[in-house]
Amino acid sequence: MSQSPVVIQVEGVAKSFGAVRALDGVDLAIATHECVGLIGHNGAGKSTLMHVLAGTLTPDRAAIQVNGDAQPGYGIELAHKLGIRCVFQELSLCPNLTVAENARILHSALRGFGWRRRAGALIKAKLDEVFPGHGLSADAVVSDLAIGQRQMIEIARAFTVTSEPLRLVILDEPTSSLDGHTAAQLFAFIRRSVEAGLSCILISHLLGEILGTSDRVVVMRDGRVVTSGPTASFDRNKLVAAMGGAEAHAAAITAAAPSTGPVRVRIRPKRQPDGRELVAREGEVIGLAGLAGHGQTDLLLAVFDAAGRKSGQRKSGQAEVTEPVALVAGDRQSDGVFPLWSIAENIGVGSLKNLRRGLLISEAAEDELAAQWQKRINIRTPDMRHSILSLSGGNQQKALFARALGSDARIVLMDDPMRGVDIGTKLDVYDLVRGEARAGRTFLWYTTEMDELSYCDRVYVFRNGVIAADLMRSEVSEDSVIGASFAEVG
Amino acid sequence: MQAQVARTSIGISRLHDGRRLLRAVLPALSLALIILAIWALNPRAISYFGLTLMLSLAVPVALATVGQMMVMAVNDLDLSIGSFVGLVGCVTATWLRDEPVIGVLILVGLVLAYMLVGALIHLRNLPSIVVTLGMFFVWQGLAILVLPKPGGHAPDWLHGLMAVKTPWVPFPIVAALVIGIVAYVGLMRTSYGVILRGAGGNPVAVSRAGWSLLRGKMIMFGLAGFCGVLAGMALIGLTTSADANLANGYTLLSIAGVILGGGEFVGGRVSPIGAVIGALTLTLAGSLLNFMHISPDWQVAGQGAILIVVLAARTLINRAGVSA
Repeated sequence: MSQSPVVIQVEGVAKSFGAVRALDGVDLAIATHECVGLIGHNGAGKSTLMHVLAGTLTPDRAAIQVNGDAQPGYGIELAHKLGIRCVFQELSLCPNLTVAENARILHSALRGFGWRRRAGALIKAKLDEVFPGHGLSADAVVSDLAIGQRQMIEIARAFTVTSEPLRLVILDEPTSSLDGHTAAQLFAFIRRSVEAGLSCILISHLLGEILGTSDRVVVMRDGRVVTSGPTASFDRNKLVAAMGGAEAHAAAITAAAPSTGPVRVRIRPKRQPDGRELVAREGEVIGLAGLAGHGQTDLLLAVFDAAGRKSGQRKSGQAEVTEPVALVAGDRQSDGVFPLWSIAENIGVGSLKNLRRGLLISEAAEDELAAQWQKRINIRTPDMRHSILSLSGGNQQKALFARALGSDARIVLMDDPMRGVDIGTKLDVYDLVRGEARAGRTFLWYTTEMDELSYCDRVYVFRNGVIAADLMRSEVSEDSVIGASFAEVG
Repeated sequence: MQAQVARTSIGISRLHDGRRLLRAVLPALSLALIILAIWALNPRAISYFGLTLMLSLAVPVALATVGQMMVMAVNDLDLSIGSFVGLVGCVTATWLRDEPVIGVLILVGLVLAYMLVGALIHLRNLPSIVVTLGMFFVWQGLAILVLPKPGGHAPDWLHGLMAVKTPWVPFPIVAALVIGIVAYVGLMRTSYGVILRGAGGNPVAVSRAGWSLLRGKMIMFGLAGFCGVLAGMALIGLTTSADANLANGYTLLSIAGVILGGGEFVGGRVSPIGAVIGALTLTLAGSLLNFMHISPDWQVAGQGAILIVVLAARTLINRAGVSA
């Protein structure tokens, strides 16, 4: 590895946002034939560093070398010319354009007569190569596609080549919306590309992905690189320890007796052929599993809609919901945060009735609620009155949890909310969920991560919009869930 | 499993195609309904001369609508286009006729001013509604300076151009077709048009791919100004004399036309052909109300009612798509 030529080398990268030091003197070098796994807590500076490498952010101070040449004035255009691409965490496709047109945006060479056909062929060929059997059309408009399909397109697009070379692809949480099958296709493709001479930086909060795919691991903490070494020298516990996070714990939950409390939610999926239904009782954590996009979110939304109707009319459809409901959205950018509001306002909006004093909303009460949740859920900010966008992604998600848990909702719906959230935050939230459940709250938790299912009292596995299996806690295992997700109906 | 996933996604895309098709033909459908209604009330109106008369004002309206669409494609709104068309009309009826060179220079300067407004909105991150509302009064004031009271004369060549008699198909329809096709090819089919629309859909993504948003916005505002100049000239070619307040109603008419044609206020979703059809629909709506013996005072209300009906139909189509 050391004899391979270095593609990009940065030294002493520093970047501050106001008083927050995002990067504090980072050194990093990426060689050809190398896939580097980059991990760290939320706010460790990973995304900021990637923006610097991709040229979309100008650092306060840095020495950047590409292929051994110093690059003063490094920016977006130079990065493109030198063949450095980035798949950003928040999707950057234009929803109003077709797949082919989105490919065109990345390539200034796709112009002149017949550009549309060439762009379509380019992206289609790459999709076939990375995700065989993807079933996507180059003429599809992106806004019609599911979030997982959009992510596939964005990833494939980053690997397309026209007139400019391709040397390094940075993937920031590439699998956050992919199911296990497509994620495996992606990692196989990354390995093939790296063998062929490409370099990759892979950022992921799923340690298994890092350990299974990368050649070398770099761990960041508080804006610095703290550890780096061959992947073989790390294991899960070592990585977690290096990140300075909570101790890796094997989800040891004391087996609680099955709840016999009152039924809070009873719902049958629309197309359920048999009599199976989902039942959630007081104090239960119910997991919804299965491949991404197989009806879990639809079910959560059906519960949410049912709760919105006046009591007495709740029998409509097949849903029965007895208590107020709060939803923690999965796509926090589009369904979760109010981007123009402060953190405190974003939390308080779930409990406006309780914050009201007379006709107005009491700012003092809002601040109090916000301060209480900042402490309980550890939101990292100097001031809860700052804009919600000043927070890193994981901390934004914490604010959304605070919104739901701070409200008087007795039932909390979670739509795979842990996408792209670091393990420290996750462990905080897991504890909170268990604690709130003990206090009598009911959780319906759609998750794509196997680990999270072990926090559930009961797991329903979905396939093609219906419940395919109903597992007690003792029956939940990777094998049983995957088996139920893939088995043919019958 | 894989085949199943592929099959479902093909099914989904077919569903989307059907919905998209329905949405795409909705503007044409509303236009056809209006024409049908006019025909039912007065069959002789649907003739070469009838259509020429009814649609004569559609050409400037269609041009202003396409200009508005350029601005709306990049998530802005141009409230100043109405008084801008009026100002261009005043310049056309005075300077362009008497001193053609100076007249042309003024019109070019006005287009450049439009580009600068676009640059200002982008660089200072100002709400376009506020800036263009201010510009509405600037253009109106300038128009009154150019032509303090109604008057002036259209240049003869312009008057002749607008009175051209095309064979078989009335001139306004031919002109509308040309406007629609040019705008469609330019914005929807060219490779740079993709960048311009992308700047409305996801500006961050477009700038991360290395494109200048400033340039895109200046081009779109410049095109809007260019369309506004053409609209003002076409209007004077028809009316032969000018008035500073001649086209104030074009601001709302052009926005309504874009929306009627399937465009949206944000997200870069616009349709040039639809916008032109929307302009024709709104123009014909006036004639329809005339045939129904409804006072012209109600014309604007009638146009508004059509807009609401079409938007309601579009919402229904979208909702059907969501629940399916």
